[in-house]
Amino acid sequence: MKKSIIIALKALTWMLCLLPWGLLVHGAVTNSLGPDPGAKIVLTTGYYTLTLLVASLAITPLRRLFPQLSWLIKFRRLLGLFAFFYGTIHMLSYLGIYANFSLQALLDDIAKHKFITMGVAAWLLLLPLALTSTNWAIRKLGGVRWNRLHKLVYAAAVCGVIHYWWQVKPGVRTPLTITIVLAVLLIARPIQEWMQRCKPNMA
Amino acid sequence: MLIGKPPDIPSSEITPQDQYLNRRRFMRKALSTSVAAGAAALGAGRLTEILSPSVSVLAGTKLETVQSPLTTSGEQLTSFEDVTHYNNFYEFGVDKDQPAKNAGLLPIRPWTVHVEGKVKQPRTFDIDELLKLRPLEDRVYRHRCVEAWSMVIPWVGYSLHEFIRQCDPLPSAKYVQFFSYYDKRVEKWGSETSIFWPYSEGLRMDEAMNPLTLLTFGLYGEALPNQNGAPVRIVVPWKYGFKSAKSIVAVRFLDKQPPTTWNDQGPSEYGFYSNVNPNVDHPRWSQKTERRIGQPFYSQRRTTLMFNGYGDQVASLYNGMDLRKFF
Repeated sequence: MKKSIIIALKALTWMLCLLPWGLLVHGAVTNSLGPDPGAKIVLTTGYYTLTLLVASLAITPLRRLFPQLSWLIKFRRLLGLFAFFYGTIHMLSYLGIYANFSLQALLDDIAKHKFITMGVAAWLLLLPLALTSTNWAIRKLGGVRWNRLHKLVYAAAVCGVIHYWWQVKPGVRTPLTITIVLAVLLIARPIQEWMQRCKPNMA
Repeated sequence: MLIGKPPDIPSSEITPQDQYLNRRRFMRKALSTSVAAGAAALGAGRLTEILSPSVSVLAGTKLETVQSPLTTSGEQLTSFEDVTHYNNFYEFGVDKDQPAKNAGLLPIRPWTVHVEGKVKQPRTFDIDELLKLRPLEDRVYRHRCVEAWSMVIPWVGYSLHEFIRQCDPLPSAKYVQFFSYYDKRVEKWGSETSIFWPYSEGLRMDEAMNPLTLLTFGLYGEALPNQNGAPVRIVVPWKYGFKSAKSIVAVRFLDKQPPTTWNDQGPSEYGFYSNVNPNVDHPRWSQKTERRIGQPFYSQRRTTLMFNGYGDQVASLYNGMDLRKFF
């Protein structure tokens, strides 16, 4: 893949990832987020957190499946960081809109309401990953340890999806799609690794 | 070929009544749009509104109403737009904006309400008969959803007990159950959930007989828009919104507590009583405060009131009951 194309695609990714945020800001400024603007902000940012997180998890299986797509690796960090970006806004807007920025209300919620606990857990799991996302941190940690640490992303994604299921009413199945996609992506990894191990034996 | 009778118009070519009746609104809207903005400036949002109008059918028919001493004063009304475009009506989709888009399919005429169970004689009321049974009153009520948001809505209707009297319930009738319309061909969104339809709700007889419990036919002085539960629904202002069943087709009187839709779905989350109660949290969130719909996102949350502020009229119904247990 030519460098100029990668740069163009990166610019496009930035724009696409910032678009939902831009629309929310525009809606907030012009007061056009609908009847329940608070819920709109919290639900939209939560949705994009999970979507981007799952998108970042799709890159490795896709590269293994189609070696010609190996350049996709250059986009993984971007997607992961944008997931963290939306996750952070999601949590802060929840804190402001639903807990009136009261630490007491937040702690109360974490203790009593398991879907909040699970959401906060997912964000806490993402935090060290975002902090160690720089080239400097990767060098400092070394590839092996960095890789081991970043396995936490699987736990974060699973917590995020559980958080989603626990947020909707019993009987509502909207989280089903993202759950299936995540499950496929998680199962693809051991299967692909197993197939790769089998290959040399066959040769 | 012989000259024959022209073929019947195939049913697929008959304009559904709701679309037909919508033409008026369509034309009014199109006219105002072109005058105000010019055809070129037709915004995308407005265009979809015209192509698929959200408020439909006999909604918009003015109802003749009288004032009521049971109305709530001192509250700012939630806008008609928000009341009619932010709805929980899962038969037409689980997103708040879906019922306004999809409920036009609800066939609200002809419409009957069947009365059965512990009554002297089962009978069926026609909707137009119900509309004329008693003078329709304007009643502003606070509306508190179990999801911790609230509205203030000017409903139109009369006390449910006026209707119950016409039903001649037997002394053994201790509870009343309401069934909402359900046809999976019309309400195909219902099957996107694993909820068992039709929707049903219930009240204890003394709750149903309380003058605040409203048999509701309209809002903002007009017939109910479909997404708000046309043509007839219940409104119980001191309980969470889901207790107020929409689009009612049957009323059953019983000697024991009936099963109800949300209680079946999540007994730990949705009690049979479901009185608005800031002291009893939903297992997943606090019920101490609420967001008023239509307010900016940065506005302060409101304190939720016990019985949604209607304690003077209804608290005595629950004397001696542990409202943590009977939540």
